[in-house]
Amino acid sequence: MSEKEIKNLEEIFEQRIARDEKIEPKDWMPEKYRKTHIRQISQHAHSEIVGMLPEGNWITRAPSLRRKVALLAKVQDEAGHGLYLYSACETLGISRDELYEQLHTGKAKYSSIFNYPTITWADIGAIGWLVDGAAIINQVPLCSTSYGPYARAMIRVCKEESFHQRQGYEIMIKLANGSPEQKEMAQDALNRWWWPSLMMLGPTDAESVHTEQSMKWKLKRKTNDELRQQFIDQTVPQADLIGLTVPDPELKWNEERGHYDFGEIDWDEFWQVVKGHGPCNKERLSARVNAWEEGEWVRDAAMAYAKKQEDKKLKKAI
Amino acid sequence: MMKNENLVHYIYGIADNALILGQRLSELCGHGPSLETDIALTNMALDLLGQTRSYYQYAAALLGDGKTEDDIAYLRIERQYKNVLLVEQPNKHFGYVIARQFFYDVFHLLLLQELQNSKDETLSAIAKKGIKEVSYHQRFSSDWIKRLGDGTEESRKKVQEAIDDLWKFTDELFHMTEDDKLVFEAQIGVDVTALKQTYYQRVKEILDEATLSIPEIKWFQKGGKQGIHSEHMGYLLADLQYMQRAYPNMKW
Repeated sequence: MSEKEIKNLEEIFEQRIARDEKIEPKDWMPEKYRKTHIRQISQHAHSEIVGMLPEGNWITRAPSLRRKVALLAKVQDEAGHGLYLYSACETLGISRDELYEQLHTGKAKYSSIFNYPTITWADIGAIGWLVDGAAIINQVPLCSTSYGPYARAMIRVCKEESFHQRQGYEIMIKLANGSPEQKEMAQDALNRWWWPSLMMLGPTDAESVHTEQSMKWKLKRKTNDELRQQFIDQTVPQADLIGLTVPDPELKWNEERGHYDFGEIDWDEFWQVVKGHGPCNKERLSARVNAWEEGEWVRDAAMAYAKKQEDKKLKKAI
Repeated sequence: MMKNENLVHYIYGIADNALILGQRLSELCGHGPSLETDIALTNMALDLLGQTRSYYQYAAALLGDGKTEDDIAYLRIERQYKNVLLVEQPNKHFGYVIARQFFYDVFHLLLLQELQNSKDETLSAIAKKGIKEVSYHQRFSSDWIKRLGDGTEESRKKVQEAIDDLWKFTDELFHMTEDDKLVFEAQIGVDVTALKQTYYQRVKEILDEATLSIPEIKWFQKGGKQGIHSEHMGYLLADLQYMQRAYPNMKW
């Protein structure tokens, strides 16, 4: 294709996006669009799968049968989200095995929040309330993103996430209204998860490298700082309502702006965790790699069996 | 004559199997060999724990002393759990997970198919609902027995090892405790001894199809139904009960 022809296609493509048309797998798309989407969708899928680990850590120790069942179902939903997102990503011409390979070798990233440990039951409440809460704010705009398979996967994901968020908040309500030990456990969890949750909305706009292009392709509708503000404005009253204190002495309602002012985020910590030096980066990745390696003989067996069955059918047909 | 207490113990006998197997399966959530198997194993854990809750809620109502499903699940001592030894065996590798599941599922389905005819309406209703779930479990585990048995050399070796190791726990499924006998006589419980022949026949069919062999073992293990468990059980309960023991008398 000549340069002029490509330019022409690109123009038509950008116009389609501007008209809010969905781009489908078989449509022509610029290579950069494909690559950016593979990166973002797979990062999202990996986050779902790695995100199963910190919460999975409490399934066997959940304090009641009702909580155990709810947590199992929640972690299972995340596996389901991983499944649709990997499938959406595969429509861009990359296999699930290649995507796993990128995760296992550290080439692909996942959300850094999952590199923090879950050390008490209240962490399960805090993750649902704050982490899923922040995730929803990030994800709702993606329900109308330009790439069809991603947008459709996100509609389903968001429905379930908002259920998880309520479930997490409900755990926190119960703890906050419980015994002094339970209340302390809830406050401690909020103290530890608050700042990492704010970091989940990404680096400040000044540092964010992908924002402009992502806005154009509707992979993003608001900037990281706008999303972070929205998260804070929404979450602080929820903490107040159950008598927990957000661990930020500078947090204050600003009448003039109509938003909360908040303290400085420790970006050194953010970059430390992103670069692989958080409290659980090694454990999370090695848990994924182990599951994959230890499962290899099982996957091989399934393939070999399927082939034998296929061969038998063929023989019969002949 | 059957007393209330006998019926409660009978219910524990069935429900504890579901609880302990559900707990074992839930250890695997997030660590399965593929996303699809991870989701399927978690589904089975959810079914089993759902059944556990129905049984314990009924047992709590029969006890009528203010105990809840959670008191029953979390606050008994090891000797009071009546599950069979099979279900508490650890997740040594996927072959063990599947073999344990298969051995239990075949029994479980036969049990529920009888229990649905119980004179006790609650147990009959729980059984009817469970049959749908457990039919799927049996299909899943049987299919995997076939895949692993007739898959690769390695998978055959691994699943055969699990079958050989776990076979000795299958006989206990057909033991009747004193409670079981009384509850059966009251036409509420199931005579599990009558299920034995069909059980081994079904197991043999699937193992044959999977090109696996039946272990030549004459000695079987028992004890779970009397609350005499393997050394694995204490650790499983330590995990299960941790929160309730560390923070007694709280609502979650």
